[in-house]
Amino acid sequence: MATVSVRAVRKAFGSTEVLHGVDVEVEDGEFVILVGPSGCGKSTLLRMIAGLENVTRGEIAIGGRVVNNVAPKERDIAMVFQNYALYPHMTVHDNMAFSLSLLNAPKEVIAAKVGRAAEILGLQPYLQRYPRQLSGGQRQRVAMGRAIVRDPQVFLFDEPLSNLDAKLRVAMRAEIKDLHQRLGTTTIYVTHDQIEAMTMADKIVVMNGGNVEQMGGPLDLYDRPDNLFVAGFIGSPAMNFLKGEIRGGAFHTGDVALPLPLQVPSGAQDGRRVIYGIRPEHLLLDAAGVAATVHVTEPTGSETQVIMNLGTTQVVGAFRERITQKPGQSLHIAPDPALVHLFDEKTGTRLS
Amino acid sequence: MTDAKPISPAEADQRVDAEVSGGVTEGEGPQLLSWDSRARRIVTVYIPLVIFLIVLLFPFYWMAVTTFKPDNELLDYKNHNPFWISSPTLDNIKKLLFDTDYGHWLVTTMFVAIGSTFLSILASVLAAYAIQRLRFRGSDYVGLAIYAAYLVPPSILFIPLAQVVFQMGLFDTPFALILTYPTFLVPFCTWLLIGYFKSIPYELEECALIDGASRLQILRRITLPLAVPGLISAGIFAFTLSWNEFIYALAFISSTENKTVPVAILTELVSGDVYHWGALMAGALLGSLPVAVFYMFFVEYYVSSLTGAVKE
Ligand SMILES: Nc1ncnc2c1ncn2[C@@H]1O[C@H](COP(=O)(O)OP(=O)(O)O)[C@@H](O)[C@H]1O
Ligand SMILES: [Mg+2]
Repeated sequence: MATVSVRAVRKAFGSTEVLHGVDVEVEDGEFVILVGPSGCGKSTLLRMIAGLENVTRGEIAIGGRVVNNVAPKERDIAMVFQNYALYPHMTVHDNMAFSLSLLNAPKEVIAAKVGRAAEILGLQPYLQRYPRQLSGGQRQRVAMGRAIVRDPQVFLFDEPLSNLDAKLRVAMRAEIKDLHQRLGTTTIYVTHDQIEAMTMADKIVVMNGGNVEQMGGPLDLYDRPDNLFVAGFIGSPAMNFLKGEIRGGAFHTGDVALPLPLQVPSGAQDGRRVIYGIRPEHLLLDAAGVAATVHVTEPTGSETQVIMNLGTTQVVGAFRERITQKPGQSLHIAPDPALVHLFDEKTGTRLS
Repeated sequence: MTDAKPISPAEADQRVDAEVSGGVTEGEGPQLLSWDSRARRIVTVYIPLVIFLIVLLFPFYWMAVTTFKPDNELLDYKNHNPFWISSPTLDNIKKLLFDTDYGHWLVTTMFVAIGSTFLSILASVLAAYAIQRLRFRGSDYVGLAIYAAYLVPPSILFIPLAQVVFQMGLFDTPFALILTYPTFLVPFCTWLLIGYFKSIPYELEECALIDGASRLQILRRITLPLAVPGLISAGIFAFTLSWNEFIYALAFISSTENKTVPVAILTELVSGDVYHWGALMAGALLGSLPVAVFYMFFVEYYVSSLTGAVKE
């Protein structure tokens, strides 16, 4: 186990820079998830940590040792690729034993380690099969088994669940998390799926366009997003944003007035143009609230999502209560003032 | 059965059987349709195929027929059917095997073909892997240069190569051929293998790199096992070309016992303007057998490995 430090790392392919100075600190034993829309440079960063791409500028250290010029095999890491990269001509057993056999490990050691990994992952019945004879979830497990067998300092995962169907993805999510809790190995995991990030991570690094937007615990990001990007990216359905200005101790958009946060941020003087953010689940039914026109209702059973027009803006609300209003009718709602966010209109950063 | 008359279950079964086995029975719509499609298949598939086969196989047939014909039938088409043998004989084969060095030629040809194939594949694997995977500076140009070398015709190249062969003291030895055949084998095999390596997911190699394999270990344990179909097609190509090669073999070998089959049967079995057609054809027939066997054995392997494990 080890810490991983990424310091001011830049990466350019030819003349195009795709990472513009990234800093990430991963504690020993931590489960860190790099999340962001596709093309933002997550895989590139992970591959640099693995040693598959060289570092254009900056420094990467694993366990305190700078590894910029260290070959992948000397870094003591294991990586699980998006489409598993299982060796098609080797059995499950040989796939898992490959790295050990390269080290000329004694037969008993290989048997013991492969056996243990197979046991952890429930792969014993499949050891003599070839990858093409396995289902997607089993292949995924073999890929993880190959990583476990090496007993590395750091696990790296690049979108390992994106080729699985939705149900299996949920099951494997829990399995990977459980595995991390049992082995306690430092893990860096890449995904574009914020739900995966929220459910699995100790710490989330939100990336966008080659920059880190925010880093922190899942609930920190949910409760106190630093900027509009993080606010919109984390949480599902996504946060509602309303454009307007502060006047007389309230937020005004069109002819709708909404309450300011309980703790009014210092920069929220009268006349300031801001973006008002409220999550769908933080909109409450309130007879004394503002009237919104119902557009579409989507009951899921446990809650009902309502798409409605508030003034000129379309917002989404998620309510525990059953909604009886039909499209076109009005619904009185009020934001929970404890859970309102304000962002600067120009820079998109949080007012605090 | 043209009238709408009730059909007994047994009859119905029969009809199904007939349709399933593609049998043609006269009568109604569906059968007409299948007859129609059958006719179409004959016109579009079987007839062209048969014509193709006749054109392709006729030389072999002629070769075989000539091999077993006695001389009087061979030279007199007026009284004998040229396409058939009335009294087959093994004289020509006997003459070939016992009056010439044929066995020796076969062994030499085999040695040269295997040697040059092995050398070429070895060089091509290393070249193709380096060009496709190591992507060193200028690898594209190296690839192009290798291809350009392929475009120089052997009929021009044999002159400078003769100089080299002489100076290395290899003239009239099998090594003259083993070392010169790769000049045309390596470029083609390299290009074929570059294409093949490209089809193997690079992630597999990255994964092996992290697993702790060196480049050579990756080549030996990951890339080559997955490239077996490509290696086999390159091997078939190289073997066949070396087996049949004529110009270099004619230019670089002078003594009778060192000749390869294609050159030997033409130079040793034609005395002046007398063609020993029977023995000549016997030599050609026996000479093409190893290649045919080689194909038969590997083509099956080739097809099965193509449809097998490579993807995923
Ligand atoms: N080998 C490469 N050469 C050039 N550009 C690349 C290469 N690999 C990735 N990129 C670019 O870098 C950016 C980030 O890619 P990537 O890290 O794969 O994104 P993601 O966050 O989806 O994993 C993309 O714009 C991609 O086009
Ligand atoms: Mg990616």
